[in-house]
Amino acid sequence: MNIAVCVKQIPDPATPYALDPETHLVVRPAEQVLDDTDRYGVEVGLQLAEATEGSVTLFSMSPAGGLQGIRQALAMGAAKAVIIDDEALRGSDALTTAKVLAAAIQREGFDLVIAGTESTDGYSGVVPQQLSELLGVPSLTFARNVEHIDGRMRIERQTETGYDVVEASLPALISVTAGVVEPRYPTFKGIMQAKSKPVDQISCADLGIDTDSVGLSGAGQEITEVSPVASRQAGQVIEDDGEGHLRIVELLEQAKVI
Amino acid sequence: MSTWVFAEEVNGHPSASALEMLTKARSLDGDVAAIYVGPGGDDAFAQLGAHGAQRVFHMAPGDELPAAAVAAALAELVAAHAPDLLLFGLAATDRDVAGRLSARLDRPVLSNAVDVSTDGGTVSVVNEILGGTTRVVTQVKADAPAIVVVRQKAFVAEPGDAATPEVVTVDLPATESSAIIVERHAEISEGPDLEAADIVVSGGRGLGAAEHFSLLDQLAELLGGAVGATRAVVDAGWVPYAMQVGQTGKTVKPNVYVACGISGAMQHLVGMKDSGTIIAINKDAEAPIFGVSDLGIVGDVHKVIPALVEALKARG
Repeated sequence: MNIAVCVKQIPDPATPYALDPETHLVVRPAEQVLDDTDRYGVEVGLQLAEATEGSVTLFSMSPAGGLQGIRQALAMGAAKAVIIDDEALRGSDALTTAKVLAAAIQREGFDLVIAGTESTDGYSGVVPQQLSELLGVPSLTFARNVEHIDGRMRIERQTETGYDVVEASLPALISVTAGVVEPRYPTFKGIMQAKSKPVDQISCADLGIDTDSVGLSGAGQEITEVSPVASRQAGQVIEDDGEGHLRIVELLEQAKVI
Repeated sequence: MSTWVFAEEVNGHPSASALEMLTKARSLDGDVAAIYVGPGGDDAFAQLGAHGAQRVFHMAPGDELPAAAVAAALAELVAAHAPDLLLFGLAATDRDVAGRLSARLDRPVLSNAVDVSTDGGTVSVVNEILGGTTRVVTQVKADAPAIVVVRQKAFVAEPGDAATPEVVTVDLPATESSAIIVERHAEISEGPDLEAADIVVSGGRGLGAAEHFSLLDQLAELLGGAVGATRAVVDAGWVPYAMQVGQTGKTVKPNVYVACGISGAMQHLVGMKDSGTIIAINKDAEAPIFGVSDLGIVGDVHKVIPALVEALKARG
């Protein structure tokens, strides 16, 4: 099976990041990391590829910056990466992201597309669905378990009240939740091999995408105001001396819930 | 001005978020319609009507995952009726339909809105980003309709006068992109609904192991509350996703929120920071959760919670 896995490089969540006051874009450090939630999609892809003698190709829209995060996913075992790297894409919205990924994935060909349900930094949470519509394939979304049976994909789809078992034929798209599988850690050998795996860096022009239709100029939305939210005042913090629970009882009484 | 609200049926009723969004839509200029996806019935339609829908476009999917066909039907309705604003919730089907419709109509989706306003025909939404510390107003520049995905509890659902909406039955087209639901499973949780509960007791990694959630069950039962969890412990498989509070889970605004062994990652804070009183117990004095707590206890949850349970039992 020819598996396309969508991944995103994001600023390290452990280091706080901010918006540029002029452009209102997230200030992206030169070195970004693989979005942690993407490790699940990569792992699902690798397991399916191993079971079907297929391979995993990574797709990422990463305007500028290094490839540290992509190398992390290659080190897990993906065969190659296609990076759409074009300054014109800076400030693109979710729909543009989906269009660019769809064009790149179509160019390479695919049986199955895998994406996370949302990124950790942007969390618009609609790119997989946009992508499936653009590719004209069924979308098996919010998967918490994925199986490939008799040439069809079968997932457990998380719902508000439990889960549904949903099936579709290939080609298809699957969006996976964190926890769907236990992602593997790259081995030393994997890390060394990742350094020489092919990474195609392509532009909008390579995909026949008009640069006026993407990025900030192509976005159908505009930030008009950024302001701090009045933050909640921290209350009292006390060391538990064995009586801490009594303070909780007092507060529950004040809140009139007991 | 015309606003349409996506309303999926959950257990025979419109979803809670649909009623919240209808209440908001009613306060905007112009007329309001609901896109109702589910078996439907007079009770459900009356609820939609009381919350502001003058018209209901009713779609009844079968065993097909509804998004592809609903988005196709909705795109035709949009072409015929030209609404200005489409509101969706954060639930799975809402997001599936919003995303597919966006691609079909070539219109952007504005996600995670905590407020929406209209000025003439221009739609603006408010987001709270960077863990809820920064407020961003975004204006829709594209042609109508604006597609907006709204966070749960951004608005309070309030029925107005009883009203019977006009119900228009919409047939779903056959699509090439079909996914079939072959089994449906409900994971019933006991006790009050997490999103509606007056008291929420939540647990994180600091509990140490899945079985220690029984401590929280005891405490929640004594308080008449519901039990929630962080993404970390849901990902670890300790408890089901239905219990997750945070950016990618449920948003709760209970009277009292008790955070047990929760460090307070941004993604969690977004889902609970608007609670009335926040009480946190964590062994790390530097945990960010203490920054939003009314009372922080630096201590061992395995000592403080059992002591609290005993104290509450002693009160009878």
